[in-house]
Amino acid sequence: MAGTTGPVERADAEAPASRRPGWGAVLLAALLGAVLVFPWVFRLPYHRDVAIKIFLYAMLAQAWNILAGYCGQISLGHAVFFGTGAYTSTVLQMRWGWNPWLGLVAGIVVAVALSQVIGYPCFRLRGHYFAIATIAIGEIVQTVGINWEFIGGARGLTMPLRKDSLLAFQFHASKYPYYYIMAGLLALCMLVSWRIERTRLGYYFRAIREDPAAAQSVGISITKYKLIAIAISAAFVAAGGTFYAQYVLYLDPDSVLPLSLSILVCLLAVVGGTGTLWGPLVGAALLIPLSEFTRIQFGGTGGAVDLLIYGALLTSVAVFQPAGLVGMVQRWRGR
Amino acid sequence: MFNVPSADVLLQGVLNGLLMGCLYALIAAGLSLIFGLMEIVNFAHGEFLMLGMYTTFWMYALFALDPLLSVPISAAALFLLGWLTHKGIIRRILGGPMLAQIFATFGLGIFLRAAAQFLWTPDFRQVGRAWIQGPVRILGVSVGLPQVVASGACLVAFGLLYLFITKTETGAALEATAQDREAAALMGINTERMFALGWGIGAACVGVAGAFLASFFYVFPYVGWLFALMAYVTVALGGFGSIPGSLVAGLLIGLIEVLSGLLIAPAFKYAAVFAVYLAVVLIRPQGLFGKF
Repeated sequence: MAGTTGPVERADAEAPASRRPGWGAVLLAALLGAVLVFPWVFRLPYHRDVAIKIFLYAMLAQAWNILAGYCGQISLGHAVFFGTGAYTSTVLQMRWGWNPWLGLVAGIVVAVALSQVIGYPCFRLRGHYFAIATIAIGEIVQTVGINWEFIGGARGLTMPLRKDSLLAFQFHASKYPYYYIMAGLLALCMLVSWRIERTRLGYYFRAIREDPAAAQSVGISITKYKLIAIAISAAFVAAGGTFYAQYVLYLDPDSVLPLSLSILVCLLAVVGGTGTLWGPLVGAALLIPLSEFTRIQFGGTGGAVDLLIYGALLTSVAVFQPAGLVGMVQRWRGR
Repeated sequence: MFNVPSADVLLQGVLNGLLMGCLYALIAAGLSLIFGLMEIVNFAHGEFLMLGMYTTFWMYALFALDPLLSVPISAAALFLLGWLTHKGIIRRILGGPMLAQIFATFGLGIFLRAAAQFLWTPDFRQVGRAWIQGPVRILGVSVGLPQVVASGACLVAFGLLYLFITKTETGAALEATAQDREAAALMGINTERMFALGWGIGAACVGVAGAFLASFFYVFPYVGWLFALMAYVTVALGGFGSIPGSLVAGLLIGLIEVLSGLLIAPAFKYAAVFAVYLAVVLIRPQGLFGKF
């Protein structure tokens, strides 16, 4: 996806050698193996659904991390891109009979275009101003979504059911394909983040995050690289939106455009560890099951117990460990 | 595309907008004070307001205390909360990364909202029989008496806050800390105390606003968020850190909200306010009365 928006340059420096190279590869292989066999070991639809949710939110958090964690632009409105992906593919399907995979690509294109339109003026804003601007945009887009009858308005859109097939991106008899498609999307997002982390792009992003003035003074075009970061970020979030629409087969502004979604995405990444490759995944893997668990324990909306824990975690991480759980482990290993 | 309302409706709208604007102004003043002092946006500001409203509601429900009498209680409770927030959280993130500065108070807001929902359920609650209720006629149109009283009180509170900052020694110390905390520290001002005081006063502002708001508005865990958004827009429009700016901006935002609701469509009134925020920060980032 990076290739469509800007060149990913080769690394000047060698990728820093892992301290224990053997272990890293073994762990990665074990993780991949576990992901592949998971649905065959845990056969309950519920477990599979939770796993799919973890993958989806991990990808959204990772995409947010590219913009906010690496590049330092804290967006509190990423639901805009999620909704754009979901609505674009669904409306194209329902109105003009587009194939959902084409819709997915179209959703990415629209979301990336939108990200540039939003980013170009807003990247002049720093810190809090930018964060609040993204909230404002998110609220405006949700208002438009609720009132725009062409895309279903407040009633939302119900996807017409098709026969199971990969081409139709709908699976009813067995939900396994959803699991593997989402795992694949997440893997792709992780791979892109990993590449970014180790190439010039990643160094530029971090330079902009740490000190924009210094980055500019060494010749980095700040706006250009911020726009690249938001384009990559928006592309993956939009893909997640299309996946969500195909998986749930129903969408409305409350499910794909709410502020709560934007916040959840940040929260997972921040608690897991921003600016780290594994942070968003760790955050999603810990917090999504937690929210499911409290819902089972307390019923309904779970008495907001999950949010109670999320809020407390978010503040604690911000105060005591801004690098998140992964940052904590890294520091501990580095000693 | 535009609806043309009758003169009566328009006048009523303008009055209502100005009345709400006074409330927005006081809420925003608290936010602006904190920002001016230490360049931190309190993302839990709306939840502070919500707690002020709940304080008033429970005083009414448990002890049959009228909202008017709850004002000092709510203000004191919120002052304490603001003070504690600084001591427990903000003190530790001063000078920290932007991410920590944003998400520390953001997390606090989520926590307080969830705590309210957990403890008191998501039900909408209302103060049933307050001393002050019913409509009143002003300039031939009818507006709610509680709104009028609330707005008047907010203006008074706003005036007191302004006098406190401009006329008292402590106020001068606050202002000095806001301008240059190192120089202020060299002059013998205990800046740490000023920060805590700023958080206390900033939160007490929403304590006052919340108590009055509870006399005519529903109380529920999520009530604060919308007001907080309005306050961010107000503070941006007035200029971050400018207390008088908050008043003018609050009144303007109240008007924009009501008029866009009347002239375009009610569904778009908040979208219009957010559009104003974007326009302001992009075209005039320092706001109407910003210092920089």
